[in-house]
Parts: sequence; C-alpha cells; structure tokens
Amino acid sequence: MRVYVNGESKELSGPTSLAELITQLDLPAARVAIELNRSVVRRNEWSTTTLQDDDLIEIVHFVGGGSQPQITQNDFLFSV
Amino acid sequence: MSTAITAKAKESFIIAGREFTSRLIIGTGKYRSYEEMRSAHSASGAGMVTVAVRRVPLDRSSESFLDYLDPALQILPNTAGCYSAEDAVRTARLAREALQTDLVKLEVIGDQTTLFPDNEQTLEAARVLVKEGFVVLPYFNDDLIMAKKLLDAGCAAIMPLAAPIGSGLGVQNPANLRIMREQLPGATIIVDAGVGTASDAAVAMELGADAVLMNTAIAEAQDPAKMATAMKLAIQAGRLAYMAGRMPKRLYASASSPLQGVIK
Repeated sequence: MRVYVNGESKELSGPTSLAELITQLDLPAARVAIELNRSVVRRNEWSTTTLQDDDLIEIVHFVGGGSQPQITQNDFLFSV
Repeated sequence: MSTAITAKAKESFIIAGREFTSRLIIGTGKYRSYEEMRSAHSASGAGMVTVAVRRVPLDRSSESFLDYLDPALQILPNTAGCYSAEDAVRTARLAREALQTDLVKLEVIGDQTTLFPDNEQTLEAARVLVKEGFVVLPYFNDDLIMAKKLLDAGCAAIMPLAAPIGSGLGVQNPANLRIMREQLPGATIIVDAGVGTASDAAVAMELGADAVLMNTAIAEAQDPAKMATAMKLAIQAGRLAYMAGRMPKRLYASASSPLQGVIK
C-alpha cells in the first residue's frame, strides 16, 4: 500500500493506523498535528484511523517564526 | 483606590478575555541560537510569542522547538507562508489541534517580494475561522475599510502593518494608523511588522496602537536581548505618551516663559 506523507511517497507493509505511522517515523507524537486528506484528525482518533491506498497525510510541527519566516522549498507547507 | 484600579485596567492588554501585562508580542524566528532567543524573550517582558507551522522533516530527527520556549508564554500560532485562504484555514486548524489554543495570527500573503497581505483572502479565511470558534488576529494592510470588514467578521483584534515584514522601515503611514484609532475607538489594534528600532515602536504606541508585534527588529539586532529591553521601554513610553495626550503641533513658536516682566 502506498500513501503520501508530506508530499513523499511511502510504502506501508500492511494495515497501518496513524498512531503506528507516527511511531514508525519516530516523530514526537505530543508535538505534532496530522491532516488526512485535508481534514485534521484529532489525536484521540489516531489509533483508530487506518490508512488507505493513496491517502494524503500532512504531519506538521512548530518552528520559529514571526511573519513569513525564511523557509526552504522542502519545508514549504502543502507544496505537494 | 478606584483611580489606581482604573489605571491598572488601562495598562493591561486584553485579547478575547485574556489579560497580558505586556503590550509587546514577539516572534521566534531568525535568532542565531535558541539561547539567544530565550534571553531576548525574557528581556522583552512579552507574555505572548508567535510561532509558525511547518511540515515535520521525515529524514532527520528534529528537536521540538516548543521545548525552548518559556512555558509561561502564551503561544500564538501563525499562518505565515500561506498564500490562500484555504491553506491558512488548514494551517490554523492544525495549529489548534497541536497546541490546544484557539488563538491564531492569520496571515495570507499576496506577493513574495513585498510580503504584502492578500486582504481579500485574509477576510475570507477570517470569516471561516471565526465561525469555527477561533480567536482571529489578522495581519492586513493599514486600511480603515478593511479593518472595519475584519471587525465585522468577528476578529478579536486587527493587526495593520507598519511597513513590509522584516523591512525595519518603521511606521510608513502614521496618518492611516491615527485615523484607524480615531474611527475604531473600541477595537484592539496591534501594529504588526515593519518596526526597526525602539523609536518606531514608540511611534506606533503614540499613535494609539494597543500593542506591537515584532520579530526581525529584535532577532537581527547585534544584541537581541538589549534591543528587546529597548523595545519593552519604548512600548511603555509610547503608551504613556498616548495616554497622557500629546500637545498640538504648531507651525510657529509659542513662548514657554511669561512675556511680561522682562528687564528693559
């Protein structure tokens, strides 16, 4: 099964929940937010949300910035 | 006693029922190190700092930036980097989910060279976010009509720019800010962007702004902590001058000493 995480293609070996994806990617769960196919998924729904083929996932965190911080192309939000 | 209470009430700055003792809001970008940022934050006395939302890098482990912020600070997530109402709304929703705050500094940019706001997209996003229960603080051009529309849309405060983001030019159109203050006496006005040094912040406050938000002026100073202190004092001085009510400007001299009794 293939999904897209932050614009990058990822192969998943079997049924995977959002909570498992965060663990596999070794991300700090407490400090991120997730959007699945353009809708925010609440934290308490991560473990019951199973990914489907071609799902578009955005995982974000917070960075320093006041207004329009300097950003690189890869960091650009939603530039899929 | 009541006078003291009134004076105190006037000196606190309230957004959507939340009280802040400082009228300075600062950014978290462009600092040379986290330590430098922390000492500047501490010197500024600010109670609120703004942070940006970005994709998590998947190829490297990243430190959690939030861990470098004083936990006592109110975090104001922003939608910097968004060029459409839709992206700004998505970003605000993600920020709310991650931070459990309904505050958002709404920013929809219209042009990469000037970073001027897209007022039309900003208004559209503001309407959606207010409906969803956000406390919306929009960055916009210093335009009275736009200010009225944003307030009508239910924004908690309005954030006109002083000059282009990161330019350090200071208040470029003092008349617009003064008109906005006079025409919208009940509105919370936060001057956002364009301040370069302490006198710029004082001018914004003297014109009647309720607060000033800045990032680059502090972060790009040679000594950010020292500049943060200067900004703190300038904001206080500007606020006091505004509250004091300045003398009118005159074209000609007006003697300060009595005209009678001069020796002949």
